[in-house]
Amino acid sequence: MKRQRSWLLLAAYLVFTLAPIYWMVHMSLRSNLAITGTFAWLPESLSFANYATIFTDPAWYDGYLNSIIYVVLNTILSVAVALPAAYAFSRYSFLGDKHLFFWLLTNRMTPPAVFLLPFFQLYTAIGLMDTHLAVALAHMVFNVPLAVWILEGFMSAVPREIDETAYIDGYGFPRFFLRLFLPLIKAGIGVTAFFCFMFSWVELLLARTLTSVDAKPIAATMTRTVSAAGMDWGTLAAAGVLTIVPGALVIYFVRHYIAKGFAMGRV
Amino acid sequence: MSSAKPVNQRAWWFVLPVLISVAFSALVPLMTIVNYSVQDILGPDQAVFVGMEWYQEILRDPDLHGALYRQLVFTAAVLALEIPLGIALALTIPARGWRASLVLVLLAMPLLIPWNVVGTIWQIFARGDIGLLGYVLTRLGVDYNYSQHPMDAWVTVLVMDVWHWTPLVALLSYAALRAIPEPFYQAARIDGASRWAVFRHIELPKMRGVLTIALLLRLMDSFMIYTEPFVLTGGGPGTATTFLSQYLTQKAVGQFDLGPAAAFSLVYFLIILLLCFVLYNFMKDSR
Repeated sequence: MKRQRSWLLLAAYLVFTLAPIYWMVHMSLRSNLAITGTFAWLPESLSFANYATIFTDPAWYDGYLNSIIYVVLNTILSVAVALPAAYAFSRYSFLGDKHLFFWLLTNRMTPPAVFLLPFFQLYTAIGLMDTHLAVALAHMVFNVPLAVWILEGFMSAVPREIDETAYIDGYGFPRFFLRLFLPLIKAGIGVTAFFCFMFSWVELLLARTLTSVDAKPIAATMTRTVSAAGMDWGTLAAAGVLTIVPGALVIYFVRHYIAKGFAMGRV
Repeated sequence: MSSAKPVNQRAWWFVLPVLISVAFSALVPLMTIVNYSVQDILGPDQAVFVGMEWYQEILRDPDLHGALYRQLVFTAAVLALEIPLGIALALTIPARGWRASLVLVLLAMPLLIPWNVVGTIWQIFARGDIGLLGYVLTRLGVDYNYSQHPMDAWVTVLVMDVWHWTPLVALLSYAALRAIPEPFYQAARIDGASRWAVFRHIELPKMRGVLTIALLLRLMDSFMIYTEPFVLTGGGPGTATTFLSQYLTQKAVGQFDLGPAAAFSLVYFLIILLLCFVLYNFMKDSR
């Protein structure tokens, strides 16, 4: 009886989530004239013209590739750097640890616009402008603190006795960390990777400023749809639909880590 | 904190890579802003030191007071809606199986759409003549028009934010719930604990770390919300949806007042910092 009511909440929320997404798909299948002209519950005809525009124009599909490259690079770097730090914060106390932990998060409290000019000068000086690495590094400013915080939360939920038992059993630190500890916080790593992916994927301002041609992201290409001829709603909606795909794949692949985690592991 | 953590200064080595990667790119911008905020920039090579003048000018600006007030109300509403809703959703998502996978993928979709596209989609979606939401509301007899009624615009921005960001809270909470070891539930079952007691005494405490980050993230990100309302309403009608970052952009880009804009950036940062600090300590001490 109670179960049914909770299903109702979930179902209602999913309808709410899917309605605007349905509308985006709906728009992506119609022409601009039809979108701004009349209301229709279903698209009058299935026209893939907007998608064809994207798949035949190198500016569009290169944008996708560029975004995927720097986002993946950023996710790997952020998680790799954050893992040992999160372990240190969750297990040890050291000089300035609490201040440092909170300071990390303050890097997310600045509007990204503030970073623009200094970043531009910095990356020009070290010759990284218009590379995927530049965007990946720039996005670490907001993803690394996030990764450390999320991972620390998951690591602190793992009882410290597990570490101690492992040392008594003769595990060295690297072997303990990689073989025993990381599998225990799989859920956290999965979620962290997804969020790093997501925040880097939707960030536009920095990615656009640090690139011009070779590493131009998809979100920057999208802003081109506003032109003198008015808004190209259909193409923008089609591009929007396509931007969901990579992230949806990522969450599909990490879902086991999110869902299984500690409960299914060895305790 | 159950027991004191062992002191180990060598833990610094673990933190060092993070420090290098973040400090490198965070300190330079901060210095630039501090530098601008105390000078009057007259030209590329001409600047006059003006001390606290910009700060005084900014803090007296009635436009800022209005924007700050709207921002505080908006952020409070965002937190009050998204956090409980996210937790409730996390509790209802199936623990495993294909249903869980499906729900997770569907839930995450709004998060993956670039922010400018989110605004654009809602711009059409909420229109009374050609959008699903606006059309349905109008048909139901609701006098709804987000581009003319300030209240409608405000609510639309709020609903859009709930749509966009509740999945973040839900996914984080869901992962935290899945990380609770089965023996905890078994013990509760033996004790005959009610569903509420399990939530209050097992699930909520175990989620605390993850919930803290969810709360802080939503607090600071909603405080800096810019792209979505900018695309959807342009801050209007009037100033109904002009929040702080829009005010900042008007200053920096619209009027090109670099000095006051920099001073305001710092004040802005300090407000967010203060709110996060209070909330963080509240979450830390609450158990």
